[in-house]
Amino acid sequence: MKFKLTLWKMIFVVIMVAGLYSSFVRFFRGLGAATNMTDQFPWGLWIGFDLLCGVMLAAGGFCMVGAVYLFNVQRLHAVVRPAVLTAFLGYLLFIVGLLFDLGRPWFIWHQLIYRNLHSVMFEVGICVMTYTTVLFFEFLPNVFERLNWKQPIKWINKIYPLLIVGGILLSTLHQSSLGSLYLIMPSKLHPFWYSPALPFFFFASAVAVGLAMTIFESTQSAKAFGRQLELPVLVTLGGALLVALWVNALLRFEDFLHRGLLPQILKPSYEAYFLWLELALTFVIPIAMLSFKKVRISPQLLYLASISTLLGFITNRLNIAVIGFETYVGHHYVPKWTEFCVTLMIIAAGFALFGLAVKYLPIFPAEESHPMAETKVIAATPVLVHAGD
Amino acid sequence: MSKALLYDATLCIGCKQCEGACAAQNKLPYDDTVAAEQVQSAHKYTVVLSKNDKFMRRLCMHCEEPACASVCPVGALHKTKEGPVVYDVWKCIGCRYCMVSCAFGQPKYEWGSLNPRVRKCIMCPDRVLAGKPTACAEICPTGATKFGERDELISEAKDRLRQNPSNYVPRIYGLKEVGGTSVFILAAANVEDYGYPASAKIGETPMPEYTGKVMDRIPDFVPVWTLVLGGIYWVTHRRDEVALAEAQEKAAPPEGKRNGQ
Repeated sequence: MKFKLTLWKMIFVVIMVAGLYSSFVRFFRGLGAATNMTDQFPWGLWIGFDLLCGVMLAAGGFCMVGAVYLFNVQRLHAVVRPAVLTAFLGYLLFIVGLLFDLGRPWFIWHQLIYRNLHSVMFEVGICVMTYTTVLFFEFLPNVFERLNWKQPIKWINKIYPLLIVGGILLSTLHQSSLGSLYLIMPSKLHPFWYSPALPFFFFASAVAVGLAMTIFESTQSAKAFGRQLELPVLVTLGGALLVALWVNALLRFEDFLHRGLLPQILKPSYEAYFLWLELALTFVIPIAMLSFKKVRISPQLLYLASISTLLGFITNRLNIAVIGFETYVGHHYVPKWTEFCVTLMIIAAGFALFGLAVKYLPIFPAEESHPMAETKVIAATPVLVHAGD
Repeated sequence: MSKALLYDATLCIGCKQCEGACAAQNKLPYDDTVAAEQVQSAHKYTVVLSKNDKFMRRLCMHCEEPACASVCPVGALHKTKEGPVVYDVWKCIGCRYCMVSCAFGQPKYEWGSLNPRVRKCIMCPDRVLAGKPTACAEICPTGATKFGERDELISEAKDRLRQNPSNYVPRIYGLKEVGGTSVFILAAANVEDYGYPASAKIGETPMPEYTGKVMDRIPDFVPVWTLVLGGIYWVTHRRDEVALAEAQEKAAPPEGKRNGQ
């Protein structure tokens, strides 16, 4: 145990050092020195992974808040706090990632004064800014509880319905808008990934990823912090994930069919290989797994199914951001090592901050022995308060 | 009135004086090395390409409805009523969405700079405003690049096609592509051979319409979706309140009531 800890800490330090060096290259030598982006490939790993995947992976926040506070699925209450924490950290780190990618990050606030209402990027920017603020307020009760401040918690509870509805509205808008970003490139993005339905795909996949991410993070935290897994929670999430994946798969199939792409998809080609990989990881493997009851009630197998889903949709986003442009551009883009290091540093920082938050804040319910009592309190007031506290 | 450029490749002799004049106008370095570069870049807004003794110029097309201007989150690019699509560097945040969205791949970036700018042909807006032709058109010794009123240049291009049909591929590139541009190209060869995107591929729909279709729905979507979400919230929580009240009544009948009073 002790050795394992030091090993992880060593890896963490190595990533941080490499990441800081890469940050130095980025901000003191320029984007050209730090990345393999070119005039032909102006968007690379930082847009493909940090932006598209980052926002997608943080979707667990609005999914769980929606499930528990909007649809009142009280069984899932235990996972709301970690999901909101993940989302909050995810958005903060995504903004950090954006500061690396923007050529003139010190002017990021220009979005607030030089508004171009026709720009999808403007809409995404404003939604992300506002939603991060919403997440901050959804996260605040953790801090207030830790400090034992009763009054501010009451204030937050008063505006909680607003936060819930506003948060889900903003998430719907910007999750789908990340897909809309690519609508203007019909001649550049490969037809496997360019579709007028991109905004729908992006939103639908965000919901599936939100569920998968919550399974992943619950299992992962249970392992890391030696907590007991709440099986009924995982079973509920697994069932919902299966439904979400079917919806996604049918949407994609319908789109391919409608645009007459099925014969092209079956023919081997550079793009087809990546599409096959994506479809296998997003749909074939997890749907096949989750169709068995044995899988849906096994934490270990649920965990594997969720990892496959996550990797699948990450592949999807990278296909859209990178692979789908390679034929148009005529050459490959492979990120420079400094690009990888910055992304890794941001991810590592995320894990570290999550660990710190769990250690010092009441993220996980302290005691789950009175689930009924808790349900009653929650039912009475839409509050982020645990009965045990 | 809107101005435009007509480039007739059959008149071009490949002297590259337009490249030099462009560099001088935009205060960019120009020497034999730059002249030999066959690609556009942050320091070369226009290039004269040669292939099989035929020449072809590339430059920003100054679309009538430019994708770059519609996607820019801070409105750093815009189409002027005189024709040029211009760039306000002081607004730019460097997201490079303009570069990704442009069907002609025109905006280039100063990748080596710590305060990078988007670079592209801006059709000499100061000269155009002053009633002068662009630097490239002014210096062109053969009239291959011609500056003028957009409408007049279109009729002139049509005339040339009509009078010498054997000289040209029968089309005016830029007339209908992505809804029309302010740069028209006549040539004996296919412009696609010189890196221009195929007309069929980019289509005749103005690029901003692809995202506009979605963006236009947002003002309707927001109130409707807010109502739906708020409604769901109200229903589910109302149900709970009722259930709780009923449970309390059952659990604590008369005494509870008396205590409450």
